[in-house]
Amino acid sequence: MTTTQPIVVIENVEKRFGALVVLKDVSLTVKRGETICIIGPSGSGKSTLLRCINALAPIDKGQITVDGIAVNDPALDKLALRRRVGVVFQQYNLFPHKTALQNIMMAPVQVLKEDKVEVEARARRLLAKVKLSEKADVYPGELSGGQQQRVAIARSLAMNPKVMLFDEVTAALDPETKKEVLHTIRELATEGMTCVLVTHEMGFAREVADHIYFTDGGVIVEHGPPAEFFARAKEERTRAFLEQVL
Amino acid sequence: MQPVAEFFRWLADAHGINLTIFYDSVDRSRFLTGLFTTIWLSIVCIFLSILIGLTGALIQGAHSPIPRAAVRSFVQFFRNTPPLVQLAFFYFAVSALLPMVTDRHGVKVPLIDNVGWAIISFSLFAGAFNVEIFRSGIEAVPKSTIEAAEALGYTRVKAYLYIIMPLAFRVCLPALGNNLVNLVKTTTLAYAIGVPELLYAAAQIWSEVLNVREMMWVLLFTYIIIVAVLVFVMHRWERALRIPGYSA
Repeated sequence: MTTTQPIVVIENVEKRFGALVVLKDVSLTVKRGETICIIGPSGSGKSTLLRCINALAPIDKGQITVDGIAVNDPALDKLALRRRVGVVFQQYNLFPHKTALQNIMMAPVQVLKEDKVEVEARARRLLAKVKLSEKADVYPGELSGGQQQRVAIARSLAMNPKVMLFDEVTAALDPETKKEVLHTIRELATEGMTCVLVTHEMGFAREVADHIYFTDGGVIVEHGPPAEFFARAKEERTRAFLEQVL
Repeated sequence: MQPVAEFFRWLADAHGINLTIFYDSVDRSRFLTGLFTTIWLSIVCIFLSILIGLTGALIQGAHSPIPRAAVRSFVQFFRNTPPLVQLAFFYFAVSALLPMVTDRHGVKVPLIDNVGWAIISFSLFAGAFNVEIFRSGIEAVPKSTIEAAEALGYTRVKAYLYIIMPLAFRVCLPALGNNLVNLVKTTTLAYAIGVPELLYAAAQIWSEVLNVREMMWVLLFTYIIIVAVLVFVMHRWERALRIPGYSA
């Protein structure tokens, strides 16, 4: 069964910024096709964990493997890793000097040296998928936050990743545009894309996640399937957090 | 041309305003040579100084501290000394260290002539400022944008080429424009080592015809026009690179 094979394996990871320990003995497994949500208070190390998965931040101890690639290997083939892992950021981070379509095409053409015509066809399909076909030739500065975020998702998908990481992707959006973005992510998750979300959207997490992780102070306090997690949190810290946000 | 020449000859005779460059063919060709030399010198130095600035800014982003320190001292050296002193230093001190070569007439000449030294000197001078200008532009590109490029598999060099430089360039165009205007004006210093640019040509003319006052007007207006053209081009360039909905 492919669905039960792990694609991201995080084992006993520690991450420090100087003397500050931001991740402490963190272990977590994501299976192929699964959607997991990481929740927790600000500064609990959620975003850092995502950045460790695609080697944007090096880890100090432990082991991370993505689709068989050891992320903490000094001889890591970064490109091989980054082809497999798509990242969507809170601030969208589109390239402002390129149109929506060009943003999606850039990496496949410039990094992977793929054929421009093929890439353009794929980029247009992806734009249609995020319902922005009519915005192909528009620059990011002329798009709303939600539209920019959907282009950013399409840009990541253009690399044909095996895992998508979403780092608080709706945190900067108003409730209206938030919906559009969440809709896109939900669609991806249902299509079988492996998704790891750091989010504050509890309702959304409960709905799409196969598994919820709660982090606080750099450790995973508790995890479980959403129904169980939200109804019967065992740890005091988890209950206190849920009480505040629900 | 004939009526124009007639008019200026009359102006000289009747009112003592002697603009020989408009009716005397020798002075006119001196002036045009000067104008051409100034424009040529400016274009070559603009091109080279931008190249030096881009290279220096790229090296300043390196991991190793040694090339970074080298660029920093280069910038300090050229920013903290007067351009006229730099020019004289190259022409008299550095040139003396280089071997002489034999030209096609069998005459021993310096390896690099005065025009060559003017180009080298001004390009390095303006280039040093361009390094700082480009660096400020690069620093204005958000870290998060660079991170997004990294996450998409861009190497450092590719991110520079396709994302950082195009954005940084837009940010620093106004400052670059200022520095290039300064560079064009600095080319007059080449007069000191006998490069036949505009000021040199004007001096040749006025020392023969004794029309210092008139030639000063001519010089001033010529530079106003040259710089106006440069400023116009820079503005057009800025406008062409403007991104809809984006303010740097």
